[in-house]
Amino acid sequence: MIPAIDTLRLTAEAAIGLVERGELSAGELHTAYLDAIREHDEALHAYLCTAPMNGGTGIPIALKDTISTKGVETTAGSRILAGYVPVFDATVAARCKAAGLTLLGKTNTDEFAMGSSTENSAYGPSRNPWDPARVPGGSGGGTAAAVSGGLAPWGLGSDTGGSIKQPSALCGNVGLRPTYGTVSRYGVVAFASSLDQVGPVAKTVRDAALLYSIIAGRDPADSTTVELPEPVAVPTGDRLDGVRIGVPRQIEGLAAIEPGVRAAFERTLELVRELGAEVGECDLPLSFEYGMPCYYLIAPAEASSNLARYDGVRYGPRVDGASYREMIEQTRDHGFGDEPKRRIMLGTYALSAGYYDAYYGQAQKVRTLLVREHATAFENFGLIATPTSPTVAFPIGAKTTDPLAMYACDLLTIPSCLAGLPGLSIPCGLSEGLPVGLQLIGPQFGENALFRAGHALEGAIGFDYVPERLR
Amino acid sequence: MALSRDQVQHVARLARLDLTAEELERLTRELGAIIDAVSKVAELDLAGVPPTSHPLAVVNAWAEDEPHASLSVEDALTNAPARDGNLIRVPPTV
Repeated sequence: MIPAIDTLRLTAEAAIGLVERGELSAGELHTAYLDAIREHDEALHAYLCTAPMNGGTGIPIALKDTISTKGVETTAGSRILAGYVPVFDATVAARCKAAGLTLLGKTNTDEFAMGSSTENSAYGPSRNPWDPARVPGGSGGGTAAAVSGGLAPWGLGSDTGGSIKQPSALCGNVGLRPTYGTVSRYGVVAFASSLDQVGPVAKTVRDAALLYSIIAGRDPADSTTVELPEPVAVPTGDRLDGVRIGVPRQIEGLAAIEPGVRAAFERTLELVRELGAEVGECDLPLSFEYGMPCYYLIAPAEASSNLARYDGVRYGPRVDGASYREMIEQTRDHGFGDEPKRRIMLGTYALSAGYYDAYYGQAQKVRTLLVREHATAFENFGLIATPTSPTVAFPIGAKTTDPLAMYACDLLTIPSCLAGLPGLSIPCGLSEGLPVGLQLIGPQFGENALFRAGHALEGAIGFDYVPERLR
Repeated sequence: MALSRDQVQHVARLARLDLTAEELERLTRELGAIIDAVSKVAELDLAGVPPTSHPLAVVNAWAEDEPHASLSVEDALTNAPARDGNLIRVPPTV
Protein backbone atom coordinates (compact mmCIF):
# COMPACT_ATOMS: atom_id res chain seq x y z
CA MET A 1 0.00 0.00 0.00
CA ILE A 2 1.38 3.37 -1.03
CA PRO A 3 1.48 5.91 1.80
CA ALA A 4 -0.50 9.09 1.16
CA ILE A 5 1.84 11.90 0.14
CA ASP A 6 1.24 15.49 1.13
CA THR A 7 2.99 17.11 -1.83
CA LEU A 8 2.32 20.57 -0.37
CA ARG A 9 4.48 19.81 2.65
CA LEU A 10 6.97 17.20 1.45
CA THR A 11 10.48 18.62 1.13
CA ALA A 12 12.89 17.22 -1.44
CA GLU A 13 15.08 15.96 1.39
CA ALA A 14 12.16 14.08 2.96
CA ALA A 15 11.17 12.73 -0.46
CA ILE A 16 14.70 11.44 -1.01
CA GLY A 17 14.44 9.72 2.38
CA LEU A 18 11.18 8.01 1.39
CA VAL A 19 12.70 6.67 -1.80
CA GLU A 20 16.02 5.65 -0.23
CA ARG A 21 14.29 3.76 2.56
CA GLY A 22 12.16 1.98 -0.02
CA GLU A 23 8.91 3.35 1.42
CA LEU A 24 8.04 4.67 -2.00
CA SER A 25 9.37 3.98 -5.47
CA ALA A 26 10.57 6.73 -7.78
CA GLY A 27 7.68 5.90 -10.08
CA GLU A 28 5.09 6.15 -7.30
CA LEU A 29 6.46 9.51 -6.23
CA HIS A 30 6.47 10.79 -9.81
CA THR A 31 2.88 9.62 -10.25
CA ALA A 32 1.81 11.34 -7.03
CA TYR A 33 3.07 14.67 -8.38
CA LEU A 34 1.56 14.11 -11.81
CA ASP A 35 -1.76 13.43 -10.04
CA ALA A 36 -1.41 16.67 -8.08
CA ILE A 37 -0.63 18.52 -11.32
CA ARG A 38 -3.66 16.99 -13.03
CA GLU A 39 -5.87 18.07 -10.15
CA HIS A 40 -4.57 21.56 -9.44
CA ASP A 41 -2.65 22.92 -12.39
CA GLU A 42 -5.68 23.97 -14.33
CA ALA A 43 -6.09 26.68 -11.67
CA LEU A 44 -2.39 27.55 -11.30
CA HIS A 45 -1.02 27.02 -14.83
CA ALA A 46 2.45 26.44 -13.43
CA TYR A 47 3.28 23.95 -16.19
CA LEU A 48 3.42 24.34 -19.95
CA CYS A 49 3.72 20.58 -20.37
CA THR A 50 4.28 17.49 -18.27
CA ALA A 51 6.65 14.65 -19.08
CA PRO A 52 6.28 10.89 -18.76
CA MET A 53 8.44 9.06 -16.23
CA ASN A 54 11.96 8.89 -17.67
CA GLY A 55 13.26 5.91 -15.76
CA GLY A 56 15.16 7.84 -13.08
CA THR A 57 15.52 6.29 -9.66
CA GLY A 58 15.30 9.48 -7.63
CA ILE A 59 12.76 12.16 -6.89
CA PRO A 60 11.01 14.41 -9.43
CA ILE A 61 11.93 17.93 -10.50
CA ALA A 62 10.31 20.75 -12.50
CA LEU A 63 12.44 22.65 -15.02
CA LYS A 64 11.75 26.13 -16.28
CA ASP A 65 10.89 26.12 -19.95
CA THR A 66 14.04 28.08 -20.81
CA ILE A 67 16.01 24.87 -20.14
CA SER A 68 16.41 22.52 -23.12
CA THR A 69 15.14 19.01 -22.46
CA LYS A 70 15.81 16.30 -25.02
CA GLY A 71 12.55 15.02 -26.46
CA VAL A 72 10.39 17.39 -24.39
CA GLU A 73 9.02 20.59 -25.97
CA THR A 74 10.94 23.70 -24.92
CA THR A 75 9.39 27.06 -25.85
CA ALA A 76 10.81 29.60 -23.38
CA GLY A 77 7.22 30.84 -23.16
CA SER A 78 7.31 32.05 -26.76
CA ARG A 79 5.25 31.33 -29.84
CA ILE A 80 8.43 31.57 -31.90
CA LEU A 81 9.55 28.26 -30.36
CA ALA A 82 6.13 26.57 -30.41
CA GLY A 83 6.61 22.88 -31.15
CA TYR A 84 10.38 23.03 -30.72
CA VAL A 85 11.63 19.73 -29.32
CA PRO A 86 15.34 19.85 -28.40
CA VAL A 87 17.57 17.06 -29.64
CA PHE A 88 19.91 17.47 -26.68
CA ASP A 89 19.70 18.19 -22.94
CA ALA A 90 20.99 21.37 -21.37
CA THR A 91 23.90 20.51 -19.09
CA VAL A 92 21.77 21.27 -16.01
CA ALA A 93 19.03 18.94 -17.28
CA ALA A 94 21.62 16.24 -17.98
CA ARG A 95 23.09 16.64 -14.50
CA CYS A 96 19.64 16.31 -12.93
CA LYS A 97 19.07 13.17 -14.98
CA ALA A 98 22.47 11.78 -14.01
CA ALA A 99 21.55 12.34 -10.36
CA GLY A 100 18.45 10.18 -10.93
CA LEU A 101 15.92 13.02 -10.89
CA THR A 102 12.79 12.50 -12.96
CA LEU A 103 11.44 15.37 -15.07
CA LEU A 104 7.87 16.26 -14.11
CA GLY A 105 7.47 18.88 -16.79
CA LYS A 106 8.39 22.31 -18.06
CA THR A 107 7.25 25.34 -16.12
CA ASN A 108 5.80 28.58 -17.36
CA THR A 109 7.89 31.69 -17.82
CA ASP A 110 7.58 35.17 -19.17
CA GLU A 111 8.50 34.98 -22.84
CA PHE A 112 12.29 34.51 -23.06
CA ALA A 113 12.36 35.14 -19.29
CA MET A 114 11.53 38.80 -19.89
CA GLY A 115 9.19 39.90 -17.16
CA SER A 116 8.38 39.86 -13.47
CA SER A 117 4.95 38.22 -13.40
CA THR A 118 4.69 35.46 -16.09
CA GLU A 119 2.02 37.64 -17.72
CA ASN A 120 4.33 37.97 -20.73
CA SER A 121 4.13 34.22 -21.40
CA ALA A 122 2.61 33.59 -24.83
CA TYR A 123 0.70 30.74 -23.17
CA GLY A 124 -1.06 32.76 -20.46
CA PRO A 125 -0.02 33.69 -16.92
CA SER A 126 0.62 31.38 -13.99
CA ARG A 127 -1.16 32.11 -10.73
CA ASN A 128 0.10 32.46 -7.20
CA PRO A 129 -0.86 29.51 -4.96
CA TRP A 130 -1.29 31.94 -2.04
CA ASP A 131 -3.92 33.91 -3.97
CA PRO A 132 -4.77 32.83 -7.52
CA ALA A 133 -5.95 36.35 -8.37
CA ARG A 134 -2.31 37.43 -8.04
CA VAL A 135 0.85 36.85 -10.04
CA PRO A 136 3.50 34.36 -8.85
CA GLY A 137 6.24 36.79 -9.90
CA GLY A 138 8.54 36.21 -12.82
CA SER A 139 10.00 35.35 -14.97
CA GLY A 140 10.22 31.97 -13.23
CA GLY A 141 6.70 32.15 -11.84
CA GLY A 142 5.86 28.67 -13.11
CA THR A 143 8.59 26.94 -11.10
CA ALA A 144 7.79 29.04 -8.03
CA ALA A 145 4.05 28.31 -8.26
CA ALA A 146 4.74 24.60 -8.82
CA VAL A 147 6.97 24.36 -5.73
CA SER A 148 4.69 26.32 -3.40
CA GLY A 149 1.53 24.76 -4.82
CA GLY A 150 2.72 21.20 -4.13
CA LEU A 151 3.19 20.39 -7.82
CA ALA A 152 6.95 19.74 -7.56
CA PRO A 153 9.29 19.12 -4.62
CA TRP A 154 11.80 21.49 -6.20
CA GLY A 155 12.72 23.01 -9.52
CA LEU A 156 15.20 25.00 -11.53
CA GLY A 157 14.80 28.56 -12.66
CA SER A 158 16.97 30.91 -14.67
CA ASP A 159 17.78 34.41 -13.51
CA THR A 160 18.95 37.47 -15.39
CA GLY A 161 17.84 40.30 -13.12
CA GLY A 162 15.70 38.58 -10.49
CA SER A 163 13.78 35.77 -12.22
CA ILE A 164 14.62 33.20 -9.53
CA LYS A 165 14.68 35.37 -6.40
CA GLN A 166 11.62 37.55 -7.04
CA PRO A 167 9.11 34.74 -7.79
CA SER A 168 10.57 32.74 -4.89
CA ALA A 169 9.83 35.72 -2.65
CA LEU A 170 6.30 36.18 -3.98
CA CYS A 171 5.43 32.49 -3.60
CA GLY A 172 7.12 31.82 -0.23
CA ASN A 173 9.93 29.66 -1.62
CA VAL A 174 13.68 29.56 -1.18
CA GLY A 175 15.48 30.61 -4.36
CA LEU A 176 19.17 30.88 -5.14
CA ARG A 177 20.70 32.88 -7.93
CA PRO A 178 24.25 31.48 -7.89
CA THR A 179 27.50 33.30 -8.53
CA TYR A 180 27.92 34.03 -12.23
CA GLY A 181 29.97 31.24 -13.74
CA THR A 182 29.16 28.48 -11.28
CA VAL A 183 26.33 26.85 -13.24
CA SER A 184 26.42 25.93 -16.93
CA ARG A 185 24.13 27.76 -19.35
CA TYR A 186 24.78 25.25 -22.15
CA GLY A 187 21.37 24.49 -23.63
CA VAL A 188 19.62 27.24 -21.69
CA VAL A 189 17.73 29.66 -23.93
CA ALA A 190 19.89 32.79 -23.80
CA PHE A 191 18.48 36.16 -22.75
CA ALA A 192 21.43 38.32 -21.64
CA SER A 193 24.56 36.23 -21.56
CA SER A 194 26.67 38.38 -19.23
CA LEU A 195 23.90 38.03 -16.62
CA ASP A 196 22.01 34.73 -17.14
CA GLN A 197 22.39 32.10 -14.40
CA VAL A 198 20.49 28.91 -13.55
CA GLY A 199 19.59 28.15 -9.95
CA PRO A 200 17.40 26.13 -7.60
CA VAL A 201 13.93 26.91 -6.23
CA ALA A 202 12.89 24.85 -3.20
CA LYS A 203 10.90 24.74 0.01
CA THR A 204 13.94 24.82 2.32
CA VAL A 205 17.48 26.16 2.26
CA ARG A 206 18.87 22.64 2.65
CA ASP A 207 16.93 21.52 -0.41
CA ALA A 208 18.24 24.50 -2.36
CA ALA A 209 21.82 23.65 -1.33
CA LEU A 210 21.35 20.01 -2.29
CA LEU A 211 20.03 20.92 -5.73
CA TYR A 212 22.78 23.49 -6.23
CA SER A 213 25.35 20.78 -5.48
CA ILE A 214 23.86 18.70 -8.31
CA ILE A 215 24.02 21.42 -10.97
CA ALA A 216 27.09 23.49 -10.05
CA GLY A 217 30.61 23.19 -11.40
CA ARG A 218 32.59 23.72 -14.55
CA ASP A 219 31.17 22.52 -17.84
CA PRO A 220 33.51 22.25 -20.83
CA ALA A 221 30.51 23.16 -23.03
CA ASP A 222 30.13 26.58 -21.34
CA SER A 223 33.43 28.43 -21.33
CA THR A 224 32.15 30.98 -18.79
CA THR A 225 31.95 28.31 -16.08
CA VAL A 226 34.57 27.74 -13.39
CA GLU A 227 35.28 25.09 -10.76
CA LEU A 228 33.77 25.83 -7.35
CA PRO A 229 36.53 26.93 -4.94
CA GLU A 230 34.99 24.71 -2.23
CA PRO A 231 32.43 21.91 -2.28
CA VAL A 232 28.79 22.79 -1.57
CA ALA A 233 27.99 22.29 2.11
CA VAL A 234 24.38 21.45 2.92
CA PRO A 235 23.88 23.68 5.96
CA THR A 236 23.36 22.72 9.58
CA GLY A 237 23.42 24.89 12.68
CA ASP A 238 21.10 27.48 14.12
CA ARG A 239 23.37 30.39 15.09
CA LEU A 240 24.83 33.36 13.26
CA ASP A 241 27.59 34.24 15.74
CA GLY A 242 30.40 36.19 14.16
CA VAL A 243 28.47 36.98 10.97
CA ARG A 244 28.35 40.66 10.00
CA ILE A 245 25.35 41.61 7.92
CA GLY A 246 25.19 44.93 6.10
CA VAL A 247 21.91 46.67 5.30
CA PRO A 248 22.21 49.30 2.58
CA ARG A 249 21.35 52.69 4.03
CA GLN A 250 19.50 53.45 0.79
CA ILE A 251 16.72 51.06 1.93
CA GLU A 252 15.71 53.55 4.63
CA GLY A 253 13.85 56.12 2.60
CA LEU A 254 12.94 53.97 -0.37
CA ALA A 255 9.28 54.73 -1.07
CA ALA A 256 8.89 51.74 -3.41
CA ILE A 257 9.11 49.33 -0.46
CA GLU A 258 5.62 48.58 0.89
CA PRO A 259 5.18 49.18 4.64
CA GLY A 260 4.24 45.53 5.24
CA VAL A 261 7.37 44.34 3.44
CA ARG A 262 9.49 46.77 5.44
CA ALA A 263 7.94 45.59 8.71
CA ALA A 264 8.64 41.92 7.93
CA PHE A 265 12.21 42.81 6.91
CA GLU A 266 12.83 44.72 10.13
CA ARG A 267 11.40 41.94 12.28
CA THR A 268 13.81 39.58 10.51
CA LEU A 269 16.77 41.86 11.27
CA GLU A 270 15.81 41.58 14.94
CA LEU A 271 16.00 37.79 14.63
CA VAL A 272 19.35 38.12 12.87
CA ARG A 273 20.66 39.96 15.92
CA GLU A 274 19.12 37.46 18.33
CA LEU A 275 20.95 34.66 16.52
CA GLY A 276 24.24 36.37 17.28
CA ALA A 277 24.95 38.26 14.08
CA GLU A 278 25.96 41.88 13.97
CA VAL A 279 23.85 44.15 11.78
CA GLY A 280 25.34 47.35 10.41
CA GLU A 281 24.81 49.88 7.68
CA CYS A 282 26.52 49.59 4.32
CA ASP A 283 26.47 52.05 1.47
CA LEU A 284 25.43 51.21 -2.10
CA PRO A 285 24.37 54.60 -3.51
CA LEU A 286 25.21 53.94 -7.16
CA SER A 287 23.55 50.53 -7.13
CA PHE A 288 20.26 51.99 -6.02
CA GLU A 289 20.37 55.00 -8.28
CA TYR A 290 21.93 53.58 -11.45
CA GLY A 291 21.36 49.82 -11.18
CA MET A 292 18.01 49.84 -12.99
CA PRO A 293 19.01 52.08 -15.91
CA CYS A 294 22.28 50.16 -16.27
CA TYR A 295 20.43 46.84 -16.35
CA TYR A 296 17.81 48.03 -18.82
CA LEU A 297 20.56 48.95 -21.26
CA ILE A 298 22.81 45.91 -20.86
CA ALA A 299 20.11 43.22 -20.75
CA PRO A 300 18.10 44.41 -23.78
CA ALA A 301 21.29 45.04 -25.78
CA GLU A 302 22.46 41.48 -25.21
CA ALA A 303 18.92 40.17 -25.76
CA SER A 304 18.67 41.89 -29.13
CA SER A 305 21.80 40.03 -30.18
CA ASN A 306 20.81 36.65 -28.66
CA LEU A 307 17.31 36.77 -30.13
CA ALA A 308 18.65 37.41 -33.62
CA ARG A 309 18.87 33.62 -34.00
CA TYR A 310 15.08 33.29 -34.22
CA ASP A 311 14.71 33.70 -37.95
CA GLY A 312 12.40 30.86 -38.99
CA VAL A 313 15.23 29.06 -40.77
CA ARG A 314 16.49 26.28 -38.50
CA TYR A 315 13.68 25.82 -35.97
CA GLY A 316 10.37 27.22 -34.85
CA PRO A 317 7.31 28.06 -36.91
CA ARG A 318 7.97 30.04 -40.09
CA VAL A 319 5.76 32.69 -41.65
CA ASP A 320 6.40 32.63 -45.37
CA GLY A 321 7.36 35.68 -47.38
CA ALA A 322 8.27 36.45 -50.98
CA SER A 323 11.94 36.90 -50.08
CA TYR A 324 14.33 35.60 -47.44
CA ARG A 325 14.27 38.92 -45.65
CA GLU A 326 10.49 39.22 -45.75
CA MET A 327 10.14 35.69 -44.36
CA ILE A 328 12.46 36.54 -41.46
CA GLU A 329 10.73 39.83 -40.68
CA GLN A 330 7.28 38.30 -40.74
CA THR A 331 8.32 35.25 -38.74
CA ARG A 332 9.77 37.52 -36.07
CA ASP A 333 6.84 39.91 -35.99
CA HIS A 334 4.36 37.03 -35.61
CA GLY A 335 6.53 34.92 -33.31
CA PHE A 336 7.66 37.44 -30.70
CA GLY A 337 5.26 38.96 -28.17
CA ASP A 338 5.22 42.59 -27.06
CA GLU A 339 7.92 42.40 -24.37
CA PRO A 340 10.65 40.71 -26.44
CA LYS A 341 9.89 43.16 -29.24
CA ARG A 342 10.22 46.07 -26.83
CA ARG A 343 13.56 44.79 -25.59
CA ILE A 344 14.88 43.86 -29.01
CA MET A 345 14.02 47.37 -30.20
CA LEU A 346 15.53 49.02 -27.14
CA GLY A 347 18.67 46.89 -27.38
CA THR A 348 19.07 47.41 -31.10
CA TYR A 349 18.74 51.14 -30.60
CA ALA A 350 21.27 51.14 -27.73
CA LEU A 351 23.76 49.24 -29.87
CA SER A 352 23.20 51.13 -33.11
CA ALA A 353 25.78 53.38 -34.75
CA GLY A 354 26.16 56.68 -32.94
CA TYR A 355 24.52 55.45 -29.72
CA TYR A 356 26.72 52.52 -28.65
CA ASP A 357 29.15 54.57 -26.52
CA ALA A 358 26.45 56.69 -24.90
CA TYR A 359 24.25 53.74 -23.93
CA TYR A 360 25.76 50.24 -23.90
CA GLY A 361 29.34 51.45 -23.43
CA GLN A 362 28.35 53.82 -20.64
CA ALA A 363 26.24 51.14 -18.94
CA GLN A 364 29.20 48.73 -18.94
CA LYS A 365 31.28 51.37 -17.15
CA VAL A 366 28.51 51.94 -14.61
CA ARG A 367 28.59 48.21 -14.09
CA THR A 368 32.26 48.43 -13.11
CA LEU A 369 31.31 50.95 -10.42
CA LEU A 370 28.61 48.64 -9.10
CA VAL A 371 31.10 45.76 -8.91
CA ARG A 372 33.53 48.00 -6.97
CA GLU A 373 30.81 49.34 -4.68
CA HIS A 374 29.77 45.83 -3.67
CA ALA A 375 33.39 44.77 -3.18
CA THR A 376 33.86 47.71 -0.81
CA ALA A 377 30.76 46.70 1.17
CA PHE A 378 32.13 43.16 1.53
CA GLU A 379 35.31 44.52 3.11
CA ASN A 380 33.22 45.18 6.21
CA PHE A 381 30.40 42.69 5.96
CA GLY A 382 30.03 38.98 5.28
CA LEU A 383 26.57 39.33 3.76
CA ILE A 384 24.21 42.07 2.62
CA ALA A 385 20.49 41.96 3.42
CA THR A 386 17.51 43.66 1.76
CA PRO A 387 13.93 42.70 1.03
CA THR A 388 13.89 40.63 -2.18
CA SER A 389 10.91 42.39 -3.74
CA PRO A 390 9.66 45.85 -2.80
CA THR A 391 6.09 44.50 -2.85
CA VAL A 392 4.17 41.32 -2.18
CA ALA A 393 2.47 39.52 -5.09
CA PHE A 394 0.33 41.99 -7.04
CA PRO A 395 -2.99 41.36 -8.78
CA ILE A 396 -2.90 39.93 -12.30
CA GLY A 397 -3.14 42.81 -14.76
CA ALA A 398 -1.97 45.49 -12.29
CA LYS A 399 1.24 46.37 -14.18
CA THR A 400 0.76 45.05 -17.69
CA THR A 401 0.12 48.41 -19.32
CA ASP A 402 3.14 50.16 -17.80
CA PRO A 403 6.49 48.57 -18.75
CA LEU A 404 8.46 50.82 -16.39
CA ALA A 405 6.28 49.85 -13.40
CA MET A 406 6.89 46.18 -14.22
CA TYR A 407 10.65 46.79 -14.56
CA ALA A 408 10.70 48.35 -11.08
CA CYS A 409 9.77 44.97 -9.53
CA ASP A 410 13.44 44.01 -9.81
CA LEU A 411 14.81 47.17 -8.22
CA LEU A 412 16.37 45.27 -5.29
CA THR A 413 17.51 42.14 -7.12
CA ILE A 414 19.22 43.76 -10.10
CA PRO A 415 22.37 45.38 -8.63
CA SER A 416 23.91 42.16 -7.31
CA CYS A 417 23.12 40.41 -10.61
CA LEU A 418 25.09 43.08 -12.44
CA ALA A 419 27.93 42.54 -9.98
CA GLY A 420 27.86 38.76 -10.61
CA LEU A 421 27.13 38.01 -6.96
CA PRO A 422 25.10 35.17 -5.49
CA GLY A 423 21.78 35.94 -3.83
CA LEU A 424 19.45 33.82 -1.74
CA SER A 425 15.81 34.66 -1.13
CA ILE A 426 14.08 33.05 1.84
CA PRO A 427 10.55 33.70 3.07
CA CYS A 428 10.65 35.94 6.15
CA GLY A 429 7.01 36.53 7.00
CA LEU A 430 3.69 37.69 5.65
CA SER A 431 2.24 41.03 4.66
CA GLU A 432 -1.46 41.18 3.87
CA GLY A 433 -1.44 37.38 4.08
CA LEU A 434 1.17 37.11 1.31
CA PRO A 435 4.81 35.98 1.56
CA VAL A 436 7.65 38.47 1.93
CA GLY A 437 11.16 37.52 0.81
CA LEU A 438 14.45 38.33 2.51
CA GLN A 439 17.34 38.70 0.09
CA LEU A 440 20.82 37.81 1.30
CA ILE A 441 23.68 38.73 -1.02
CA GLY A 442 27.11 37.14 -0.65
CA PRO A 443 30.52 37.79 -2.13
CA GLN A 444 31.51 35.83 -5.25
CA PHE A 445 31.39 32.07 -4.51
CA GLY A 446 29.80 32.85 -1.13
CA GLU A 447 26.99 30.29 -1.58
CA ASN A 448 27.95 28.26 1.50
CA ALA A 449 27.80 31.35 3.70
CA LEU A 450 24.38 32.16 2.22
CA PHE A 451 23.15 28.63 2.91
CA ARG A 452 24.42 28.71 6.51
CA ALA A 453 22.81 32.05 7.27
CA GLY A 454 19.65 31.21 5.37
CA HIS A 455 19.26 27.90 7.18
CA ALA A 456 19.78 29.39 10.64
CA LEU A 457 17.32 32.17 9.90
CA GLU A 458 14.78 29.82 8.36
CA GLY A 459 14.68 27.94 11.65
CA ALA A 460 14.25 31.12 13.67
CA ILE A 461 11.60 32.58 11.37
CA GLY A 462 9.54 29.39 11.35
CA PHE A 463 7.73 30.34 8.14
CA ASP A 464 5.08 27.83 7.05
CA TYR A 465 5.65 27.45 3.31
CA VAL A 466 2.28 25.82 2.66
CA PRO A 467 -0.04 28.57 1.37
CA GLU A 468 -2.55 29.46 4.08
CA ARG A 469 -5.63 28.75 2.00
CA LEU A 470 -4.39 25.24 1.20
CA ARG A 471 -3.54 24.10 4.75
CA MET B 1 14.09 62.19 -25.28
CA ALA B 2 11.34 61.79 -27.83
CA LEU B 3 11.95 59.25 -30.58
CA SER B 4 10.50 59.89 -34.02
CA ARG B 5 8.40 57.31 -35.78
CA ASP B 6 11.04 57.23 -38.53
CA GLN B 7 13.78 56.41 -36.04
CA VAL B 8 11.71 53.57 -34.63
CA GLN B 9 10.98 52.29 -38.13
CA HIS B 10 14.72 52.35 -38.87
CA VAL B 11 15.52 50.36 -35.71
CA ALA B 12 12.78 47.86 -36.57
CA ARG B 13 14.42 47.32 -39.94
CA LEU B 14 17.79 46.74 -38.25
CA ALA B 15 16.12 44.27 -35.87
CA ARG B 16 14.31 42.47 -38.72
CA LEU B 17 10.86 43.12 -37.27
CA ASP B 18 8.01 43.81 -39.65
CA LEU B 19 6.01 45.89 -37.15
CA THR B 20 2.38 46.80 -37.78
CA ALA B 21 1.35 50.47 -37.84
CA GLU B 22 -0.21 50.07 -34.41
CA GLU B 23 2.99 48.51 -33.00
CA LEU B 24 5.10 51.31 -34.46
CA GLU B 25 2.85 53.89 -32.85
CA ARG B 26 2.93 52.24 -29.43
CA LEU B 27 6.66 51.43 -29.47
CA THR B 28 7.51 55.00 -30.46
CA ARG B 29 5.76 56.17 -27.30
CA GLU B 30 7.01 53.40 -24.97
CA LEU B 31 10.62 53.44 -26.13
CA GLY B 32 10.76 57.20 -25.68
CA ALA B 33 9.77 56.81 -22.02
CA ILE B 34 12.16 53.90 -21.40
CA ILE B 35 15.08 55.68 -23.06
CA ASP B 36 14.37 58.72 -20.89
CA ALA B 37 14.65 56.50 -17.83
CA VAL B 38 17.82 54.65 -18.87
CA SER B 39 19.55 57.82 -20.10
CA LYS B 40 20.24 58.47 -16.43
CA VAL B 41 23.55 56.64 -16.92
CA ALA B 42 24.74 59.66 -18.93
CA GLU B 43 24.78 61.76 -15.73
CA LEU B 44 27.95 60.06 -14.49
CA ASP B 45 31.41 61.16 -15.51
CA LEU B 46 33.07 57.83 -16.24
CA ALA B 47 36.32 58.97 -17.80
CA GLY B 48 38.99 56.41 -16.95
CA VAL B 49 36.51 53.75 -15.76
CA PRO B 50 36.99 50.50 -17.67
CA PRO B 51 33.87 48.69 -18.93
CA THR B 52 32.72 45.40 -17.40
CA SER B 53 31.57 42.95 -20.02
CA HIS B 54 31.68 39.92 -17.76
CA PRO B 55 31.57 39.78 -13.94
CA LEU B 56 34.21 37.07 -13.51
CA ALA B 57 37.93 37.58 -13.83
CA VAL B 58 38.09 34.79 -16.43
CA VAL B 59 40.11 35.91 -19.41
CA ASN B 60 40.11 32.91 -21.68
CA ALA B 61 39.16 29.27 -21.62
CA TRP B 62 41.07 26.80 -23.73
CA ALA B 63 40.03 23.36 -24.80
CA GLU B 64 42.04 20.58 -26.35
CA ASP B 65 41.48 20.41 -30.09
CA GLU B 66 40.13 16.90 -30.10
CA PRO B 67 37.41 15.48 -32.33
CA HIS B 68 34.26 14.35 -30.56
CA ALA B 69 30.79 13.21 -31.50
CA SER B 70 28.28 15.92 -32.36
CA LEU B 71 24.68 16.04 -33.59
CA SER B 72 23.77 13.83 -36.51
CA VAL B 73 22.51 15.56 -39.66
CA GLU B 74 19.08 14.08 -38.96
CA ASP B 75 19.00 15.54 -35.45
CA ALA B 76 20.33 18.90 -36.60
CA LEU B 77 17.62 19.22 -39.24
CA THR B 78 14.72 17.73 -37.34
CA ASN B 79 13.32 21.09 -36.20
CA ALA B 80 13.74 22.89 -39.52
CA PRO B 81 10.40 24.21 -40.79
CA ALA B 82 11.20 23.47 -44.46
CA ARG B 83 13.61 20.79 -45.53
CA ASP B 84 14.90 19.47 -48.80
CA GLY B 85 16.98 16.36 -48.28
CA ASN B 86 19.91 17.36 -46.13
CA LEU B 87 19.31 21.05 -46.80
CA ILE B 88 17.04 23.70 -45.29
CA ARG B 89 14.77 25.35 -47.83
CA VAL B 90 14.32 29.17 -47.67
CA PRO B 91 12.79 31.78 -49.99
CA PRO B 92 15.08 33.48 -52.54
CA THR B 93 17.85 35.40 -50.80
CA VAL B 94 18.54 37.80 -53.67
